[in-house]
Amino acid sequence: MNDFDWEVFRTAIGQTFFIVSISVVVGGLIGLLLGLVLYATRPGNLLSSRPVFILLNVLVNIVRPIPFVIFLVAIQPLMLTAIGTTIGTNAVTFALSLSAAFAVSRIVEQNLLTVNPGVIEAARAAGAGPVSILLTVLVPEALGPLILGYTFIFVAIVDMSAQAGLFGGGGIGDFAITYGSQRYNWPVVYISVAAMIILVQAGQFLGNYLARKALRR
Amino acid sequence: MPPSDIHVRFEDVTKTFPGRGRKDPAQQVLRGIDLEIHRGEIFGIIGQSGAGKSTLVRLINGLEPVTSGRITVGDRVVSGLSERQLRAVRREIGMIFQQFNLFRSRTVAGNVAYPLKVAGVKQPERDRKVARLLDFVGLLQRANDHPEQLSGGQQQRVGIARALATDPSLLLADEATSALDPETTQDVLSLLKQVNRELGITIVIITHEMDVIRQIADRVAVIDSGHVVESGSAYDIFAAPKTPEATRFVSSTLRDRPSAATLERLRVSHPGRLVTVRVQDRPAFQNSLSVAFLQRDVTADLVFGGISELQDRPVGSLTYSLTGGEGSVDELLKQLRADGFDLDEHEGASR
Repeated sequence: MNDFDWEVFRTAIGQTFFIVSISVVVGGLIGLLLGLVLYATRPGNLLSSRPVFILLNVLVNIVRPIPFVIFLVAIQPLMLTAIGTTIGTNAVTFALSLSAAFAVSRIVEQNLLTVNPGVIEAARAAGAGPVSILLTVLVPEALGPLILGYTFIFVAIVDMSAQAGLFGGGGIGDFAITYGSQRYNWPVVYISVAAMIILVQAGQFLGNYLARKALRR
Repeated sequence: MPPSDIHVRFEDVTKTFPGRGRKDPAQQVLRGIDLEIHRGEIFGIIGQSGAGKSTLVRLINGLEPVTSGRITVGDRVVSGLSERQLRAVRREIGMIFQQFNLFRSRTVAGNVAYPLKVAGVKQPERDRKVARLLDFVGLLQRANDHPEQLSGGQQQRVGIARALATDPSLLLADEATSALDPETTQDVLSLLKQVNRELGITIVIITHEMDVIRQIADRVAVIDSGHVVESGSAYDIFAAPKTPEATRFVSSTLRDRPSAATLERLRVSHPGRLVTVRVQDRPAFQNSLSVAFLQRDVTADLVFGGISELQDRPVGSLTYSLTGGEGSVDELLKQLRADGFDLDEHEGASR
């Protein structure tokens, strides 16, 4: 363990935390918005609009299947205009937030679709408007499954964040490769793996706990 | 009836659901509906599933737009209003549902408070109102429970409290008791009656169960394949249904008329002519029948029947097997008809 550089490890953990937390929050919020629009504009729903729905639906379908590494490369022009760089932690966080947003949008849309339409009818009958119904009825009614969906996305983001090193983003994944496997320093690799596992477990545990509370089970 | 006493008026209303192509063609579910629902009454709309009755009630608060025709609630034409304009109208119309449609994410009190929040009623006033409503439906001590902790009947009570939150003058009940067992149905129906009598709220109740109509409706419309086939006071429809649809609904609950199979059996054991006499609300109904039988020397065996009460008046029918000398039964029937009795002879009986 002589070769284990705690200083660098701490920095790597910090980077992973930064990338993951910003991506979960920003991607989560943009994804929530996209998901709500997807749900609401679906023909026959609250703000039914075929053109908006089709446009957004196709966009999500185009972006979602692109592997993250390739997505990172593909959006470099956009990155350059938006944040002025294509490498480093910020660049990776930008790409990951965007990628997560599209994944979250589907999860939000799907969970909202499972809400009993009768409940929406009851809210309409009480005189509520569409935006109010979306935010004060649909989201609370689907909260349990939504939290589980977000937990799933959190794990996927941790997974994708390990590829940040490819573009100078740092993080635990990068640490495991440059300081671990490339130097045949296996303790570094396994400590990194352990750190990832702890992060994922903690996130999953929190998600399950919150979902259980929301579902009152 | 002066126009101000008409609470909801349908004028030549039609509703067509647009299709989405060849496999899903447009469907006309309501055709030429004319109805007048009076202020303060309980108006029943009965029809089989698919008859269009649920759509009909949704036209009143604009959950579904009309295709043509006009609907007026109070002095206000509601058909053709925009979704935004309808929001104000809906706050004056409560609605309850077959599956209750309570918010699972809210407590009992939270469910009742929802329409008040939507209407912008502030906290202290809201709490007072919620407590009063829960007290009215007998669920004050369950205020902090969640809907799934309640029985079906209790959930519908919460639904009723929620529907009454904004002091509506009109309550729409869409199959409100269809998901409940018979005993709970009684409770909910008597609560609705209380809502009507004590708060003076007009109720439009949709159902496929004639028993519900019998217990609470003042007036009824029978709907069949998108048409109003018969309408009138509940008593008149029960005492003298004019159309086959209405007759079917009435006998489904009174069970006073022999079915084809029963008639078959009756014919074997009773040689006489089988005649069903509708019970009428007239003095000494049974006595005048007996006297007529005696006068014509006709033996009348009571073989089937049922008498029930509706709005404190008798409804039902009695089926007799009549035997007598040459021509005497014919003469008896002629005399009874002349006296205003409503008779129905079951053909095919052995003479």
